[in-house]
Amino acid sequence: MLDDIDRRLLRYLQSDPGLSAVELAERARLPVATASRRVERLRKDRVIAADRAVVDWRALGYEVEVSLRVTLDKTAPRAFDDFIQAARALSEVVEIQTFLGQVDVRLSVIARDMGHYQTIYRDGVLALPHITDIEALMHVATLKSEEALPI
Amino acid sequence: MIQFDDMDRRILRALVEDASQTAGALGRVLGLSQSATWRRIKRLTDAGVIAGRRLELDKEQLGFGVTVFLGVKLATKGRVGLEDFERAVRAVPEVQTIQHVLGLYDYRLRVVARDLPDFERVLRRRIMTLPGVGNVEANVMLSEERLAGPL
Repeated sequence: MLDDIDRRLLRYLQSDPGLSAVELAERARLPVATASRRVERLRKDRVIAADRAVVDWRALGYEVEVSLRVTLDKTAPRAFDDFIQAARALSEVVEIQTFLGQVDVRLSVIARDMGHYQTIYRDGVLALPHITDIEALMHVATLKSEEALPI
Repeated sequence: MIQFDDMDRRILRALVEDASQTAGALGRVLGLSQSATWRRIKRLTDAGVIAGRRLELDKEQLGFGVTVFLGVKLATKGRVGLEDFERAVRAVPEVQTIQHVLGLYDYRLRVVARDLPDFERVLRRRIMTLPGVGNVEANVMLSEERLAGPL
């Protein structure tokens, strides 16, 4: 079970994943050995599941990001599996989420410009299986992206 | 735009997997000296390609069983309306990401909650009370995967 000290450590680490063991211990007001041992355990128990670099696609020339909200033909028994498997093969798809609600699947697609997006959309996305409806939301700006949990 | 070669690509892929590796360890895997690896990481960071680092925490172990995506349409438009909404929504701790979009909705929010009753509380008390909120559509997330993208 996680206690208040674990949560405190996670809070600091979440807001600054690059903290050294010493800095983290100082902020959390714990002996370095205690803090390190706890973080080690949080990693081992996979409470800290991953520590990833965040790529800014714009800096690599991908200026367009579109959220595609897809409804699938649920009379096809393997609609979700087939669709997701095929979507994974499109290299410009960076996120796939499935939902309970009006939308079945959402794809996050990046492209260099609108021309590139049109090519991906026509040749890649529209060729995906079992689509009954598709709707696009164009990203204008991201105002918050840290995905921090309110621990 | 930054010049980006195959070695940069491999470094970026490795850091997206695990951002905690040192330049020395990463260099050994890629057959590059520690200083050459470090210089490349610094160049990618300075160019904004590596925008930061994100800890992925296990939501379930931390007691957050529900993730919901909300599509929010503002009832009142105009610059002041957008600014008021944005300022207020940024302050909601359960809102993990905020994207300003074009299309059926004005904003896309990612919200975490402990369970569905808790989500209802967040929705009623914190989201529906935001200034200018009109129509809100909710989709409960069932699964999510992130892909490496065109790296």
